[in-house]
Amino acid sequence: MGSWSRFNIASIVLGFGFLYLPIVLLVIFSFNESKLVTVWAGFSTKWYAQLWHNQALLDAAWVTIRVALLSATCATVLGTLAALALVRYTRFRGRMLFSGMVYAPLVMPEVITGLSLLLLFVAIGLDRGFWTITLAHITFTMCFVAVVVQSRLLSFDQSIEEAALDLGATPVRTFFAITLPVIAPAVFSGWVLAFTLSLDDLVISSFTTGPGATTLPMKIYSQVRLGVTPEINAICTILIGIVAIGVVVASIVTKQREAQREKDERAAFAQ
Amino acid sequence: MERVASALFSRLVIIIPYAWLLFFFLIPFFIVFRISLSQTAVAMPPYRPVFDLFGGLSGIMEKAREFSLDNYVWLTEDVLYFNAYVSSVIIAGISTILTLMIAYPIAYGMAKAPKSIRPTLLMLVILPFWTSFLIRVYAWIAILKPEGLLNQFLMSINVIDQPLIILNTNWAIYIGIVYSYLPFMVLPIYSSLEKMDHTLTEAALDLGCTPFSAFWRVTFPLSLAGVVAGCLLVFIPAVGEFVIPDLLGGSETLMIGKTLWNEFNANRDWPVSSAVATILLLILVIPIVFFQNAQAKADGEGR
Repeated sequence: MGSWSRFNIASIVLGFGFLYLPIVLLVIFSFNESKLVTVWAGFSTKWYAQLWHNQALLDAAWVTIRVALLSATCATVLGTLAALALVRYTRFRGRMLFSGMVYAPLVMPEVITGLSLLLLFVAIGLDRGFWTITLAHITFTMCFVAVVVQSRLLSFDQSIEEAALDLGATPVRTFFAITLPVIAPAVFSGWVLAFTLSLDDLVISSFTTGPGATTLPMKIYSQVRLGVTPEINAICTILIGIVAIGVVVASIVTKQREAQREKDERAAFAQ
Repeated sequence: MERVASALFSRLVIIIPYAWLLFFFLIPFFIVFRISLSQTAVAMPPYRPVFDLFGGLSGIMEKAREFSLDNYVWLTEDVLYFNAYVSSVIIAGISTILTLMIAYPIAYGMAKAPKSIRPTLLMLVILPFWTSFLIRVYAWIAILKPEGLLNQFLMSINVIDQPLIILNTNWAIYIGIVYSYLPFMVLPIYSSLEKMDHTLTEAALDLGCTPFSAFWRVTFPLSLAGVVAGCLLVFIPAVGEFVIPDLLGGSETLMIGKTLWNEFNANRDWPVSSAVATILLLILVIPIVFFQNAQAKADGEGR
């Protein structure tokens, strides 16, 4: 498509600068000696050391990680099923409603989702806490998983599935032997996405939590309201580091799997 | 036996996620609506009437009589709520246009980039989305403060001699929304530009179009599907945004997400928060349906 003009390069550089500069500044000032986050006073890691003595913060981090692991796993199963239902079964009763319910949570303001789930939990008499946060997170993250898996399912060659069925494999067996291995990278990135969304969520967790279950974003939020401190920068830097490592590992794994799959496919055709 | 198993399998694939979403996504809206018709009470749960399914039909009828539209009347009487709805829609609208203006050149540049580096650029756009929303909004506080990094920088290069007051104004909210939602706008526009048949633009240029009119009359209309999807992905959640107006906005900033949060957490008024949420949902239902149709259409094309 034409040439890559100076204007194109400039807009990309400026755009990416805008996207990354705030995060880079935040990371830099987490190593600031001074308590002021805007005046540089020398390198120090003391804010990180302080984090280890903040028991409330560590507890919150532990709750957050457990919620994220559990909810991402359940959301991946449900989201993958939802994607299969949308792509493989183009006609069933109430499909319109179903696809609406899959897409709507993607854009639904979090205050509405949070409030409505809370009122549901109260109505059915569920004790609020760890489990209600987890259920709420499963519900909104499964839709993101569904969209990620769905796009993979749409681009995949269905004839290999049909071949398996023709050769006498049951749909269940076909799913586990053919479909799942092919869509596995998408399922995996769906899981990672669900995990980070859960790790990150403030509004829905705040609505659906009960006494005793405080997540890390809730803790960060209540501290941010009191003012900007290097300690918060330090927590944020650790979280960014975890996510960055996760994403890089995920993309390497995905690339390797894709390469392996292509190699296998070529080998299969060569025979 | 096998046949039964496979029929069961295909049923379950549909039924399990369907039932989950019905129970945890759709039914809660009806509960919200019902509670919006209730009255506040000093109790747990803090509203009445509380439905009791075991009260029999007459019991339900009795309680149904206690329902009223009082909360909605209250919302229309207090101009604060009306202003909050209007200013949320305006702020979200302005932010959406600003996001589009910044995102389009980025997406365009990415689509024009050499094929070999496109996946890397795509990755770089998606990456900030994976880092915490709260953290990204928080990062702007230190930048926009009166004694913050932006003012320090501008004053050191002598562009200004008085610090700009940006934090706690609507400008900070625009910056926050544009920044947080930028990837949602870039990605759909990029994917529609990348799929485009570029010989069309070349034809327009060969036939004597100026580059600008070739862009405006050929490229832009062809990318409209991506533009619409991006705008909806930004606008709808931005109307109900809570974190950004709360952390970056000022005390005079009215946004409905913040109003709902305060009504719920500070005033503990569940029925009024439910009424606020119901009206917000009614405002958003048209753009949401629009979004779903666009999404379903895009899936159809992918087939």
